Amino acid sequence: MPFEPVILFFLLGLMAGVIRSDLKIPGVLYESLSIFLLLAIGLKGGIELAKYPLASLAGPAVVVLLAAMLIPLTAFAILYRLGRMSRADAASIAAHYGSVSVVTFAVAASYLTRLDETFEGYMVVFLVLLEFPALVLGVILARRGGDESRLGPMLHEVLSGKSIVLLVGGLLIGWIAGADGIKPLDRLFLDLFKGVLAFFLLEMGLVVASRLGDLRKAGGFLLIFAIAMPLAAAGLGLLTAHLIDLSIGGAVLLATLFASASYIAAPAAMRIAIPEANPALSIGAALGITFPFNLLVGIPLYHSMATRLIGDL
Amino acid sequence: MTHELTSRKLLTVVCEASLERAIVADLARLGARGCTITDARGHGAHGERDGLWPPSANIRIEILCDLAVAEAIALNLKSRYYAQYSMVIFIADVQVLRPDKF
Repeated sequence: MPFEPVILFFLLGLMAGVIRSDLKIPGVLYESLSIFLLLAIGLKGGIELAKYPLASLAGPAVVVLLAAMLIPLTAFAILYRLGRMSRADAASIAAHYGSVSVVTFAVAASYLTRLDETFEGYMVVFLVLLEFPALVLGVILARRGGDESRLGPMLHEVLSGKSIVLLVGGLLIGWIAGADGIKPLDRLFLDLFKGVLAFFLLEMGLVVASRLGDLRKAGGFLLIFAIAMPLAAAGLGLLTAHLIDLSIGGAVLLATLFASASYIAAPAAMRIAIPEANPALSIGAALGITFPFNLLVGIPLYHSMATRLIGDL
Repeated sequence: MTHELTSRKLLTVVCEASLERAIVADLARLGARGCTITDARGHGAHGERDGLWPPSANIRIEILCDLAVAEAIALNLKSRYYAQYSMVIFIADVQVLRPDKF
């Protein structure tokens, strides 16, 4: 199978939504599943992080952060200048694409594990680092020369939001406790991980189906952007991975992070910080097109690109 | 029993869940002495708000207060949020047993 089998649950949810099935996953379960996934990903990352000297990560982290900031800047320029979108919409969509999707990352990690492709355990640190700077940049781009008073509440919303609290919290717990300390929790957080991911993807399939109407509002330009942007960003991710000497698996994960667009932290933050932006456009593009594109086509494609680029060098 | 009842206003705000934190802060500033918040679903001018995930979740905020506070809150929320968020506000007459609480 060319893609990760857990994606079939996403397709099931999508199909159920399209045929208007009465299948509904309650909002509280969505919350519970996302809490579990964020915490489990943080924990796994923390356990792996304990194996590396922290100081050795500082250099690569700065390179990754700087490279990643090119994504929202480029996205904004394309949407605002070429796409002639409003400043608010262009900035909000740019922030979504500059930030990252935790679930896309989790699916890519599962995909690599299934293929026995190893990757650097500290990639979760990059996931955490890339979550919020693009959101700040998005707000600054939206308000350039104007009122930046909403930056404070937005920063609070993001930094105190569950994504950062649970990812960083899990990372710290895993790092402090180490593999042996977490062992009693393995059955819950490691063994059940893929099952919970399957449930979450089923839910996301339903959500995507309910947002398909938004795609009609998005227009052709945004539809093309939602596929071209992740491809270009993945290319940048692979080059950055090569620059900091990541393995093939690590390069695939970095490319996936760069290519993914946030739909958990970003929509909430942008709704507070850039209320004049139309959420149907950003969510329609990020979740309606880029998310399924990355799951079905992107991850295997980034893997083959990484194998060629890193494997040949 | 009738003589124990006092008239108050029930102000109800149905809006996007993302506004909860901001509105709760507004309410305290505008003189509300408490509120009740529940999750809500429905549809209207902004399409279906099915609560499947946070961006499509609504909340319903209820505040018991006197007319002056109800008007102050309604006008303030209208000016701050009506243009850019999905929000409905309505005010009803209600009877309460302990007017000093509201």
